[in-house]
Parts: sequence; structure tokens; C-alpha cells
Amino acid sequence: MPYLDLRGVTVRQDTHEILRDVGLQVGRGEIVSLIGPSGSGKSTLLRTLIGLQPVVSGSLTLDGVAIDMTAASAPRALRARAAIVFQQFGLFDHMSVLRNLTLAPTVVAGRPRAEVEEAARHRLRMLGLADKAEIRPSRLSGGQKQRVAIARALMTQPDLLLLDEPTSALDPRLVSEVTALLRDLARAGMTIIQVSHGMESVAALSDRIVLLEDGRVRAVGAGARAAAEPSIAAFMNAHR
Amino acid sequence: MQVWNWHGFFTYLTSPYIFRGALVTLWMTFAAMVFGCLLGLALAVMKRSRHRALSVPARFYVWLFRGTPLLVQLVVIYAGLPKLDIRLSVTACAVIGLSLNEAAYLAEIIRAGLNAVPPGQIAAARALGMDEWQISSRIAFPQAFRLIIPPLGNSVNGLLKTTSVTSVISMEELMQRSQILVQDQFMVLELFSVAALYYLFMTTAWDFLQRRIERRAERPYRRLSSAGGAGLPPDLAAASRDAR
Repeated sequence: MPYLDLRGVTVRQDTHEILRDVGLQVGRGEIVSLIGPSGSGKSTLLRTLIGLQPVVSGSLTLDGVAIDMTAASAPRALRARAAIVFQQFGLFDHMSVLRNLTLAPTVVAGRPRAEVEEAARHRLRMLGLADKAEIRPSRLSGGQKQRVAIARALMTQPDLLLLDEPTSALDPRLVSEVTALLRDLARAGMTIIQVSHGMESVAALSDRIVLLEDGRVRAVGAGARAAAEPSIAAFMNAHR
Repeated sequence: MQVWNWHGFFTYLTSPYIFRGALVTLWMTFAAMVFGCLLGLALAVMKRSRHRALSVPARFYVWLFRGTPLLVQLVVIYAGLPKLDIRLSVTACAVIGLSLNEAAYLAEIIRAGLNAVPPGQIAAARALGMDEWQISSRIAFPQAFRLIIPPLGNSVNGLLKTTSVTSVISMEELMQRSQILVQDQFMVLELFSVAALYYLFMTTAWDFLQRRIERRAERPYRRLSSAGGAGLPPDLAAASRDAR
């Protein structure tokens, strides 16, 4: 049984269907890339997985636990297991980097602040940001913001990490840094789903590539030859 | 006939009667600002709500109180409520009228401030599992507050002068006391010049105070953001411009 089994997700805005009967099966520790033309529903699919996007229908089994995506309790259930890093990061500008990391664990999960701060400092050290703890996010570079956003997402101890365009805001040198980080996380058992336009990193990183088109899954490529699936290869060649 | 009576002017300028009127103006401004902010905050939150049962009444309130003169609102409260057998003192009527009126303007300022908080931060907070109350109290309001300090300060300046309207319901503030003396002693120009000086002094002192408050609120941000954190977002600037 796959770690993540998503079935029949439909998202409607007014009369327009943004996602139509979308399904997705992912094994634990896999890195999945969602690709497709803009407006194909990639980001919407990512947002449904963290309960930010109301769905008309859809069910999800996550690590053996069934979640009715239409239920009012779905967002809470999803956020207990998953975390997301947005393209624009969404860092809280009025707080220090450290507080960005500790806010949710202390306020939402009610963990003791001292313990959480220690974990946060450790996490920042691991990402080479130890000296940035007391700084406000607006003083960081794009790459540093990215890492802080990832660190903050990891603070809730998710086992599913969602990333919207993790490399689009970065210069090429930093891209390889982030892909290395994602690969390490996956090796440690983190399941990762990313929306990406950076076809080089998609090809290098993905265990599974899902091509969306017009709100539907057009093709899925899996394993070492994921990028060789004909329509995926065609899309990637056209967008390289 | 003498055009200008210096002796009269200085007598009124130092008159405890006028001075106490100015104090009344000050505390009315303070009270109306406090109540107006509380009510304005509630209205702003209601107006932003997805639930029409909340947003529609708030919209109606703002429409009503921004669309009618304060003068009319005061008279309705002062002369209308007794007909419903609700009897309030002049002071209560004045403070209630000013607060209700101010709340409508402050609601727009606060709402614009809340709208200016980047939606990406709200989404991130929600994804981190924070509930609406936690998002408001820890993410949205602290950042909105910094943005609304300048327009809020302008409201205080406006309100200091607007309190003079309560003289029509015989509230004994600076303006009313000046008028009472005018009727008795006919030194129109001297008395209203004194009143004007008092208003100028209060608004100038407030401007000075406001600049200090703004500097203090900006201090943590000033060196940090590349964009400067300077100019207000457009709709916030519009809300603070709102002519009265």
C-alpha cells in the first residue's frame, strides 16, 4: 500500500473545474515532481494536500489513515502530517528567524518554549543559518529565506513536505544546494511533493513525475526512467 | 470702536474657564478614540468576514455613519433617544456620538491595515496549523498595527477639532465655552482667536507626539527591509486621506 493514496480530487471555482478527478499514489520517502503548463492545477493540488483549498470531492489515505478531503476536519488532519514551503516563503516579517521557527510548535502544539528553541537552533545550525537566529527575515538573501522556510516547515515534524517552486527564486548555485537538501530529507524517510518549473532538477531529483494538464493527470512517470515517459519527455523538452 | 482688545484677548487666553473647556475637548478626544478603536476593530473584522451575517451589518454601519454628518447623528442621539425614553447626559450623548462616528472611519483604516498583511503569511500560518484567532493575534494584527499608526494619528488630529461639533448639543467643551462668553461679552474675534490658538496648540502637540510614536514603531523595521517599509500601501493611504 502506498504511503500516500489520493483519489478523485475535484476542485471547482465558480463553474470552472481547476482539478478534475485527480489521483496520486506516492511511496514513503519518494520525491514527486508536479509539472505542467501554468494554470494546469499544480499549485492547487499542492494546496489541497495541506487543506488550504476546499475540494468538491476527494479522499486520501496517508500512512494508512483515511482522510475525507471534504470533511471540515480534513485541514487539521492534513496539517498534523504535512508541511508546505511556499514560493514566496511567507515568513513572518515582524519576528526573528528563530521565532518564525518556534511559533507554531509552541502556540499550536503547546510544546515548551525552551525545548522548541533548542530544536530550532539545532535545525538552523544544520542549514548553516546559526548566526541568523536573531535577525528578521527581511534581512536574509533569497537562498537563506528559502532555507528558513524549509526549517520552519520541518519544525512541525511532518513526514510529508510540500514545496511550491522551491528553486525558482534561487540562483543556479543555490539550486543544487536545495536539491541536495531535499535528497537528504527523502533519504531520511521524508516524502516530498514539489511543484517545479526547473526541469533539470526535476529530472535529477524525482522518483516520480506527474504531468498535469487542464486540471487532469495527463501522465505519470516512475522510477529511474520517469522522465522518459513520452508525454512527460515531450513537455520537459519543450520547457527546458 | 476698538477693533481688537488685547486685554480681553490675554484675559481669555489665561482664563481657567476656557482652559477647562480645552481639557474637556482633550478627554472627549481620548474617550472617543478608545471606544471608536474598539468598535472600529470589531467592525473591521466583521467586514472582512466570509459570513454575510457579519459583513453585511458592518458594511451597513460604515455606510450609514460615513454617509451622514456627525451634526445630524449627534442631534438624533441627543433629541431622539429621549423619545424612546432613553435619557442620557449631554456628556454621554457627545461621547457616544463621537465614538460611533469615529468607529466608522477607524474601521476602514483598520481594515486596510489588515488587508495589507501579505496573504502568503496568512496562508503559511494556516498551513502551520494556527487557528483564526492565533493568526489574528500573532500574525495579522501586530503587522497591521504598525501600518495603521500614521492614519490613526491623523484621526486623532481630526477628532481634536471635530469635538467642537458637540457644542450644538450644548456640550461644554472649548468651542461651547468660547461661544458662551461671546454671547455675554461680545468680543467675538478675541474669543474665537483664543479658541483657535488652543486647538492649534493641541494639534501641534499631538503632531509632535505622533511623530515620536511613528519613529518608535518603525525603529525595528528601518534598517531591515530593502524596500524601506516606507510608504503606506495604496488603499491604506486612501483610508487615511478620507476627508471628513
